[in-house]
Amino acid sequence: MSAEPQTAMEAAAGAVSPARNVMVVGVGGQGVLMISKALALIGQTQGLQVKQSEVHGMAKRGGVVFSHVRFGEEVWSPTIAKGEADALIALEWAEGLRWIEHLRPETGVFIADTRRIVPPFACRSRRHGAPMAYARETPAEALEKVGEGYALDATAIATGLGEPRAANTVLLGVLSISMDAPVADWLAVLDALTPQKSRAINLEAFKAGRAWAEAARDDPSLRFDAGFAERVAYADAPDVSVALDINAAWCKGCDICVKLCPERCLALDAQQVAYLKEPQACTGCRVCEWLCPDFAIAVRTTVHDARTA
Amino acid sequence: MNRQARLQAAGDVLPLMGNEAIARGAWEAGVKVAAAYPGTPSTEILESLARYPATDLYAEWSTNEKVALDVAIGAALSGVRAIACMKHVGLNVASDSLMSQSYIGAHAGLVLVVCDDPGIHSSQNEQDTRLFARFAGVPVLEPSDAQEACDFTRLAFELSEAFDTPVIVRSTTRLSHTRSVVRVGERVVPPSKGFVDAPGKTVTIPANARRLHPKLIAREAKLAAWFETSPLTRWEKGDRRFGVVTGSTAYLYVKEVAPRASILKLGAAYPLPEETIRAFAASVDRLLVVEELEPVLETAIRAMGLPAEGKAFFPRLGELSPELVRAGLAAAGLMEAAPAAIPLGIEPMARPPVLCAGCPHTGAYLALRGIEARVAGDIGCYTLAAVEPLRSIDTTVCMGASIGNAVGMAATGEKKPVVATIGDSTFLHSGIPPLIDAVYNQANITVVILDNAITAMTGGQDHPGTGRTLRGEPAPKVDYEAICRAVGVDWVRRVDPYDVGHMYQTLREAIVHKGVSVVISERPCVLDPVKIKGAPLAVAQEGCVACQSCMNLGCPALTWADGLYDGRHKVKIDAAACIGCTLCAQVCPSDCIQPMALA
Repeated sequence: MSAEPQTAMEAAAGAVSPARNVMVVGVGGQGVLMISKALALIGQTQGLQVKQSEVHGMAKRGGVVFSHVRFGEEVWSPTIAKGEADALIALEWAEGLRWIEHLRPETGVFIADTRRIVPPFACRSRRHGAPMAYARETPAEALEKVGEGYALDATAIATGLGEPRAANTVLLGVLSISMDAPVADWLAVLDALTPQKSRAINLEAFKAGRAWAEAARDDPSLRFDAGFAERVAYADAPDVSVALDINAAWCKGCDICVKLCPERCLALDAQQVAYLKEPQACTGCRVCEWLCPDFAIAVRTTVHDARTA
Repeated sequence: MNRQARLQAAGDVLPLMGNEAIARGAWEAGVKVAAAYPGTPSTEILESLARYPATDLYAEWSTNEKVALDVAIGAALSGVRAIACMKHVGLNVASDSLMSQSYIGAHAGLVLVVCDDPGIHSSQNEQDTRLFARFAGVPVLEPSDAQEACDFTRLAFELSEAFDTPVIVRSTTRLSHTRSVVRVGERVVPPSKGFVDAPGKTVTIPANARRLHPKLIAREAKLAAWFETSPLTRWEKGDRRFGVVTGSTAYLYVKEVAPRASILKLGAAYPLPEETIRAFAASVDRLLVVEELEPVLETAIRAMGLPAEGKAFFPRLGELSPELVRAGLAAAGLMEAAPAAIPLGIEPMARPPVLCAGCPHTGAYLALRGIEARVAGDIGCYTLAAVEPLRSIDTTVCMGASIGNAVGMAATGEKKPVVATIGDSTFLHSGIPPLIDAVYNQANITVVILDNAITAMTGGQDHPGTGRTLRGEPAPKVDYEAICRAVGVDWVRRVDPYDVGHMYQTLREAIVHKGVSVVISERPCVLDPVKIKGAPLAVAQEGCVACQSCMNLGCPALTWADGLYDGRHKVKIDAAACIGCTLCAQVCPSDCIQPMALA
């Protein structure tokens, strides 16, 4: 048994400065992994221990992707504890909000692309005036909750350079101002990691992100994407009731309405006459009314305006 | 792109993912034969091994994990080092071979790498392979980082030969998918031992098996004695108020949270070095066990009569983390709890995984939902059709279960038509015996084989239906229709799932066919082996009546437009994501989804 006491390590434990923790988050296919690899390589060029951990089982299926990068003189855990991330890079707006509580309170640096990738799940309700089930916080609101925050339209910057997919490298450029590594090291790492055909654009994207961050660092009013409010507007959902009149005498049980109802809330009864099987699911879209060859269905919708009620 | 994955000279320090490090360790140990069936989080091991030259080693995708292990066993008995890799549930499939091979031993080094998935990131359960090792009576090594993954795998071959046993190397998602630096070594290929030629050992007839079983039990004791003095068992002396017995990635969390604690790091979870554990327990005031998932170490240590504490403070479910280890030690009264986080009041948005834009499974399940069948599903990307909006799968049990489940459902006199859906790779993995069962027993079921010509879920691996091997060489290609006909299915149709009407009509015919009917839904995966991108469609906004019938596809390229019709959102298509499959255009009742130029 190798039972030698680890006294040297013990003594050192107190002296070791804590590891630096960066989280990279986004949606499958955005390049979370490339950013993580770049960070890991930067850590290595500085002679530090590096651990980089990711979950990518469902990554290609449009799901949440996150990666933890830790570097320091001594790194044990591959994952970052909640509240201990020194920086968070979010390649998508709602993903940044999802992980924001992992940042160190007071000092954590929040860097997010304000572009939204809206999942099909967020557009599920067909109801009259239904709101999109997407994160509501605006960049200005989010930045109030963190020590230091940058919310920029990195996709627009990258698109301006000719490659929207280089948005991840723009964000890396923004992060670079809060890390010690010299610019030349970052560029060398990107040069090594990016494929030949997109190398030049990625280097430009990095510089553009860094330039944006340097300006924003000196002027907090530049730190968030002012165009966000114009692109993203929310309305309150009105209260709407729906009723369906089905003329049983005219219905011949052709099944067209049942098959084509987007909410699948119609059915044929024992007499082969259509009826509203799930009234609470009906959104009043009128597809059944329009497609009924016998004009047997009428949809009535009533909007109750909350302001006048 | 992946420059650091290239082969490097010995003595280099490389950043390697746990799985790459396992592959490196096997390569350094001189492995000559490697076999696996893909499964997250284990898939990259064989992919990494296949990057080494074919002259170094033979590597194959096997049809399933049992075949992979049988291939490795055959090679080891023939005198060369061999490895089989799988995910945790793959070991269930391979377990029949393992249980017997444990009696037989190894001859040349025989290593199984099994990757567990605590936290169920991409699996159907979170079973603990350490229990399996105990059950089979084979040692299980538990590396905690990439360096150990490389070193332990290399060592596993030595152990296998020294103690004449298969050896399990157990990884977890966190280790398999964490990258850290590894000091790599040389490849050393031991000379072939030649075929074992000992039928008394390699033929498990009862007379032989009775002789082999006591050897297995003696082997367990010898291994336990070896672990007493092995560097795999590491006593890190520290604070004596409490000592922690731990291993795997749990060790890293303990080091992170309590760097000054006394730690007994076990490199093997079975068999255990009892004397060392007793000495360690005697040296500290309180004995804690920190382990992920099942209380394997804790139960064994308590059975030794030692007052070990573990699952009273640490969860038995899910993945451990520095937070959970700290909370557990705090609950045990051994350290201060972390300050409570101040909630920022942000409700996280749901973003479940979805089928890709243009996924051929979408068309198949949209049609399937229309026929209102009882549907037994299987394992693959298509399991995502179990939830809204496609919601058309009633059961998913494990690999290859769908067809057998359907036979059982039909046998009960189920009123709805009974359908089994199974992907191409899963069908080849374990779907053929139940299909034969269905034909033989004249079950009244419909089987839909979703042939997307790849193992998609795990990232696009080849299989016997793709016409390519693991190394990308051409290979014979399975003909699914010929298989079905050969086992006696007389009603087989091949359909393009992009033609929703045809798919729907074919399913309607299939379910009224008495006996076993098979529908083969043929369309390649849009991601692998090549990314498919056709001309995108667009929604003519003036024609859209916001019925959102197209949203029933759950396609990630479809989203709400700003414009409203009658207070409801019209729909638009993200041209960058759309591949032009036309499914949405086929379901649009107002015919307003058109090629971009026309819309």
